[in-house]
Formats: sequence, structure tokens, C-alpha cells
Amino acid sequence: MTSATIAPPASSTSNGVGTMFRDIWTVTKRNLIRNVRVPEALFFSSLQPIMFVLLFRYVFGGAIPVEGTTYVNYLMPGIFVQTMCFGAVSTSIGLAEDLQSGLLERFRALPMSRAAVLGGRTSADVIRNVFVIALMTAVGFLVGFRPTGNVATYLAACLIMLLFSYALMWGFAYIGLSAPNAEVAQLMSFPLLFPLTFASTAFVPVQSMPGWLQGFAKNQPVSVTVDAARSLMVGGVYHSQSSVIKAIIWSIAIFIVLAPIAVARYRKV
Amino acid sequence: MSEPLAVDAHGLTKIFSKGSVKALDGFDLEVPTGQVVGLLGPNGAGKTTAVRILSTIIRPDAGSATIMGHDVVKHAARVRRVIGLAGQYATVDEHLTGTENLSMVGSLCHLPRVDVKPRAKELLEQFGLADAADRPASTYSGGMRRRLDLAAALVARPPVLFLDEPTTGLDPQSRIGLWDVIEALVKGGTTVLLTTQYLEEADRLADRIVVINSGKVIANGTPAELKADLGTTVLEFTLDTPERAQEAAALLSDLSAKVAHVDGNLLELTVEQGPPVAAESLRRLDAAHIDLLGLSLHEPSLDDVFLALTGQKTEVDTEALTEGVTRRGRKAKEST
Repeated sequence: MTSATIAPPASSTSNGVGTMFRDIWTVTKRNLIRNVRVPEALFFSSLQPIMFVLLFRYVFGGAIPVEGTTYVNYLMPGIFVQTMCFGAVSTSIGLAEDLQSGLLERFRALPMSRAAVLGGRTSADVIRNVFVIALMTAVGFLVGFRPTGNVATYLAACLIMLLFSYALMWGFAYIGLSAPNAEVAQLMSFPLLFPLTFASTAFVPVQSMPGWLQGFAKNQPVSVTVDAARSLMVGGVYHSQSSVIKAIIWSIAIFIVLAPIAVARYRKV
Repeated sequence: MSEPLAVDAHGLTKIFSKGSVKALDGFDLEVPTGQVVGLLGPNGAGKTTAVRILSTIIRPDAGSATIMGHDVVKHAARVRRVIGLAGQYATVDEHLTGTENLSMVGSLCHLPRVDVKPRAKELLEQFGLADAADRPASTYSGGMRRRLDLAAALVARPPVLFLDEPTTGLDPQSRIGLWDVIEALVKGGTTVLLTTQYLEEADRLADRIVVINSGKVIANGTPAELKADLGTTVLEFTLDTPERAQEAAALLSDLSAKVAHVDGNLLELTVEQGPPVAAESLRRLDAAHIDLLGLSLHEPSLDDVFLALTGQKTEVDTEALTEGVTRRGRKAKEST
């Protein structure tokens, strides 16, 4: 125990934006390591979207007529966005777990940036979504997905979807910090996700829905994001510059509204 | 004031909204720099609430406190740079290895980047965790987790350390191991505020003991002073009937400066000199033809401290009402 001397606190000089990013990155890394340590969780959470692809491609797809392209081309942008949304649930689960385990309490007594916990959580979940997009792209190609644009438009579509999932994560952060435990956080998330992802343009054309539902299904943010991704990945009759712009505006608006709510909630826990 | 206080708290009060339980009720505490103060009390006495306020995790409803001169509410960020916190809820990340846990804390304490890994390695060696450095903490035993938790609190070499029931729930061997570690720290000059339910632990580690009950300080002194107040040994006589116990109490009451305590057919005497008083008691009881079913001698426990200080047995299980409220399912999880 030779080192137990009192040194001046090494942290006294540091403050500001640089340390904030360093702290966010430290927490991000910690959250990413978890994915590697529990590969089962990553495996099974990747399996679910693959099942959706197979389900819609081979079971329902034949019964769903779409204009101007194959059903698998119509489907994949929808599946991508759905997967991004479901992936955002990991934000609520992760935060609920950290709250329950007492780790957030330990963080509170550390001289770290107050932004690091939420920033690190959402950053890690976005990075995880990048991995999921890559995986789903490969699965899509295997089942006949043939995007028509070039690499640049494909990547632009991916960025729009990631931006949307990032904005949503702040809402799920609020849920995770409000739920009594991780299981409840997960259960609380799905009633929000199901109407948003299924009453949308993700899987079926809106024209097949009853009139009263069409207005919601056409304009809600998941549909707008799906339309934007479809415009960039499939094009043709789905080309829609306005969807791309609307999707970006929706994501920014969602972020602007939800992030302060999540941050306020975090300050209170 | 010549010697600055490391911890200086006055009138701290905390009311948890649910059940409006006063977890702390005008709590005062002074810890001089370089000293070890033991905060002793039963479950629910308010020990953990006090530590959570002093470590800036929660705000007091009334009263004020400074750590090394920094106010815990107004200058929480400064306080966080001079404290380390370790506790009964060893909050290490189970999925991270020992090295990763300490590196994370080092980074979050803003150690210079090049120092993060070496500091983690140094601490793991110091705490006998070098062999487990690259294993996830989920594979650690309870004692190893506590040591890792304590190491995490020390990463930035804080001058003030809060240890919240560091050995609760540990087996005796791990407990003694942890005591050695804490003693070594103290020799290095760290100021320590230690909460505990064990008089033995406070006695061994602390320069001063503050006894807390129902959110208030009820006694304050060196271990020797408290013991002198308490008497050092408790004699427990088991008689065949409560009437016999009363008779025995009358017969032996002059042997102790404290009031003899009768509970059913049990009689408890708190005395300074255990064995001679026990021998004298046996002679008297024998002469009076009072048969004994049993006799035991033990060091005063926390229960005895409370009995002596408050005249009542400790109220256990009130913790769920007070400190448990804001901690959600954590307690339930830990106790399984």
C-alpha cells in the first residue's frame, strides 16, 4: 500500500466540451462492450428482424400487391426503419438496468459530465444500429432485395434512418428512466412501437387501410421516414424529394422535443 | 479553526415523500482531516441517507454540509473531485472486467489518458485482484466485488472517502481482508467516513464513533469513551421462569452500574469486568438456591449500545420505509 498517498485531485484542471466528449465516449465504450460480452443478446435481437424479413417476404408478401417494384424491394426500407425503432428500445432497457443496479448512482458521485450517461447510451445504441443495418442489408440481398440507387443514395437513406432512431432513443430514454425495472421498460415500449411501425407505409400500401386510418398512417413519422428511405433506395414511383426533407424535419423536431424531457427526467432520478 | 474539517454537516434533514419518513432529522457531523469516523447505527437509522447527501447524490431538504470546504449543494462538481464512494451495493459493472471497470472510472474522473490503465493495474494488484483483472466482474465473489468497488472509489486518489457499510453481507474472512485494506488506506492519510452496523468494525477502524438512530446523532466519542459508557461485557443469564429472573435481577443489580435488563426468563447485566462479576453472580445465585439454565458472556453488540443509549431495542426493518423508497428494486435484488 505504498501508493495511498494524497495526490492533488488530478481532475481539477479539466472541464468543458472536450471532457464532455471524452466522458460520452467512455460511457459509449462501456455500453458497446456489453454487446460483445453478451453476444447472445445481440444474436437474438438480430434474429427478430430477420424473422420479420422472412415472414413478410415469403408468408404475407405474396398477398400484398405493390406498384412499380417487387414486394421485397418495397418491404426492405420498411423493415429497416422498423428494426431501427425496435433497436431504440435497447436505450430504455439499458438505462432501466443501470438505474436498477445502482450504477447511475455511482456515476452521480463522479466528477463526470452530466451529459455522459444519456449521450453515451444513445451513441452506443446508434452504433449498434449501424451494425444492424449492415446485417439487414446482407439479409436483404440474400432474399432478393435489389436497391436501384447508387451507394451514395443508399448511405443517405441509412443516415436518415439512423437520425430517426437517434431522435426516438431520447423518448425511450425517458421511458427507461421512469420504469421501475428493465422488464417493465421493455413492456412499456412496445405499445408505442406497434401502432407506429404497423399502421404505417412500412409493410403495406396505405390505400389498403380504412379511410380513418390513412391520414395517420400516411403522415406519422415512421411512414415519412420509410417513404424517404424508399425514395432513396428504390426510387421510381416511390421517388419523393419531399419525404426526405420531411423525414429530416420530423427527426430533428422529435429530438428537440424529447431530449430535454429525457434530460429533465435524468436530473430527477 | 486551525485544522480544517474534511466533512462539516449541520442540521441535515431529509424527508422521503412516500410515508413522509424523516430519514435524517437535524443530523450534525464533523470529520477532521485525516481522521476515520465511524457512523454506527441499525438499518434505517439514516446512515446511507447521510452518505448520499454528503456525496452529492441527493440534496438535503434542510441543513448544509461542506466537504473540504466545498458546499455539497452549491458546489457539487467540486465536491465530486475530492471524494470517493464505495458501498454495500457494490456498484461495479458486471459485464466489464476488473481492468475495464477501473479504467472507466479513471476516464470519468479525468485522469490523464496515459495514467488510466497503469492506475487500474496498480489498484488491481494492490487489492489482490490481479489474477482476475481480465475476467468480467460477474464472475467475482462477493468479497472480490467489494474490493473492486473500493478500488474504483480510489482511482482518482480522493482525499475523502465514504464507505457505506463496506463489509455488510461479507463472510468473516473477506471482512477481515477488507479491514486490512481500509487500515492501510487510513495510514496513507485518507479521511474516511465509514458507516457500519457492527460495533466491532467501528471499534477496529474508527478514531471516533458517531451513533445515529432515527436520523439523529445520539452519541459521539472515541471507541474507548463509548465502551466506558457501555461497560465492556454483557452477561446473559437464563433462568427457568420470569419470576426467577426478577429475583435474580434484584440480587445482582448492585454488580452493574447499569440497570439490569429482564426479558422473560432472560437477565442481562452490562459490566466492566466480565469474568469476576460472573463468578460473583454464580456464588450469589447458588447461595440463594436460584438455578441457572444458562450463562453467557459477550462483547456489547450494536443492540447493547442502543439498549444502553436509548433504553430500547433497535428497530430493525424500518429501512424499507426510509432509505429504500428512492432506490427502487435495488434492495430487493441485493438481498436475494
